[in-house]
Amino acid sequence: MTPVVIVDNVQITYVDAGGRRFVAVDGVSFDVREGEKFVIIGPSGCGKTTLLRAIAGFVAPSRGTVLVGNVPVREPGPDRAVVFQDFDQLFPWRTVLDNVVYALAVTGRARGRAAVERARDFLRLVGIEAAADKYPHQLSGGMKQRAAIARALAIEPKILLMDEPFGALDAITRTQLQHELNRIWRETGVTIILVTHSIQEAAYLGHRVLVMSTNPGRVQAIVRTDHVEDMDGEAFAEATRRLRHLLGGEAEGQPVPAAEITRKEVGEAQ
Amino acid sequence: MRGELELARPRAVPAPGVLRSPWVRRALILAALIAAWQVYVTVAQVKPLLFPSPTAVGEALVRDLTSLSIPRSTVTTLQFLVIGTLVGAALGLLLAAFSITSPIGHELLSILTSIFNPLPGVAILPLAMIWFGLTPTAIIFVVAYATVWPIAISTDMGFRTVSPTLQMVARTLGLKGFRLVADVLLPAALPHLLSGLKVAWAFGWRTVVAAELVFGVAGAQGGLGWYINTARYFLETPRVFAGLVIISLLGIAVEYAFRLVEFRTIERWGMKKTG
Repeated sequence: MTPVVIVDNVQITYVDAGGRRFVAVDGVSFDVREGEKFVIIGPSGCGKTTLLRAIAGFVAPSRGTVLVGNVPVREPGPDRAVVFQDFDQLFPWRTVLDNVVYALAVTGRARGRAAVERARDFLRLVGIEAAADKYPHQLSGGMKQRAAIARALAIEPKILLMDEPFGALDAITRTQLQHELNRIWRETGVTIILVTHSIQEAAYLGHRVLVMSTNPGRVQAIVRTDHVEDMDGEAFAEATRRLRHLLGGEAEGQPVPAAEITRKEVGEAQ
Repeated sequence: MRGELELARPRAVPAPGVLRSPWVRRALILAALIAAWQVYVTVAQVKPLLFPSPTAVGEALVRDLTSLSIPRSTVTTLQFLVIGTLVGAALGLLLAAFSITSPIGHELLSILTSIFNPLPGVAILPLAMIWFGLTPTAIIFVVAYATVWPIAISTDMGFRTVSPTLQMVARTLGLKGFRLVADVLLPAALPHLLSGLKVAWAFGWRTVVAAELVFGVAGAQGGLGWYINTARYFLETPRVFAGLVIISLLGIAVEYAFRLVEFRTIERWGMKKTG
């Protein structure tokens, strides 16, 4: 089966305020299979958000290719819905329901009564159907993120891109939403690429976790965690330990025991 | 919050009964001011020609309201104001849209506003009279001129401060060009747009009244400025006052209309800027 997303030897450069060119991401290759939950983790400034934005189409790689559904990414589009960290991603002048209905109408997915019914289905899926007629500013942070997930899923994207979606939430809400995301994934089977800096989140949510090193952002390792859904189990403890060592090793400049990781898994596969 | 408010209010002044309503208090203050005016005019024996009593002003008001001369002048003034402001707003929106879509547009707007923003609308009235003669077009021109800059500046600011996240969401949904502006940028910039309109209306209102004072009759019908000026010419001071009362009341009404629009939109959507 061909992967949904193929990132091949991608380099992304920025020009800073002083006019100097600097490399944010370099030589990054991986692929994401259909129905997979793929997590990208790394220290701040490693370019993980930049990488996600390249898949979304907001930034163009200076080298290499990004293919989604075997088509090169040129610009943003509804086949790659994005859920952001910021709470201001909902249209404040539309109710929660209208936010989803509008997305359906403007992308041509559904109109009129059909759009309203479909929007309600997705609000039910994320558990906020009771808040359908509220305006975003009347919602808690967790509910706003749920609404954003509903809007993103309703337009039936090929992949759901999530940029630290729970990063601005309190710890309790965050854990709740992590459970919810697993449930939503089970019910929809949607392919997810999630960027996070939380080891626990990566270990809990990911089938595979791409660990990035910094300066410039490169693939340090791709760790198979095999979707440990049980936070109390041994597999979860093992996965977090491996990720922690990888990230800690990077921070302290220590070599990482090769036995614990599958180095550049994608590179070998190709 | 509540505790602080109660601390701030001395206990010795409990607002009794009807005085609790701010509207009752305001009405009482207004009545007291008018009464003081009447007493002053009666006691001091000032010449009614210079300073008429409130009753004389009231009579003039009723007379000119029923004879329809005030309503006609009001309609004329409001027509100038509304048409001029619409033209100014349309141009202002265009300038702002050009300014966010191209660097040239951005520089153009900043140069134009630096040159023209300090120039009051009334100051270019003589020029408008040379260009358009004593026609309604001249008045509409100065009103449009007075309103275009505040609207362009604040809309541009509004567009520029639209959350980057919201813009990325819009692009993900495939929005571009006109759809992007109409469906996302304009509503997102509404708080700035409304405050720009408020400033524009205040500029436009002062400009239209001043222009009418200078102008006399433009076309078939004179506006409120003309009404006041005619009353002055015939030394009908109560009518001068009546004109001022109407101008003030209209100003209050428009401010109230703005409050209503804000309440129904940006306040309801939690978009009102704090502070």
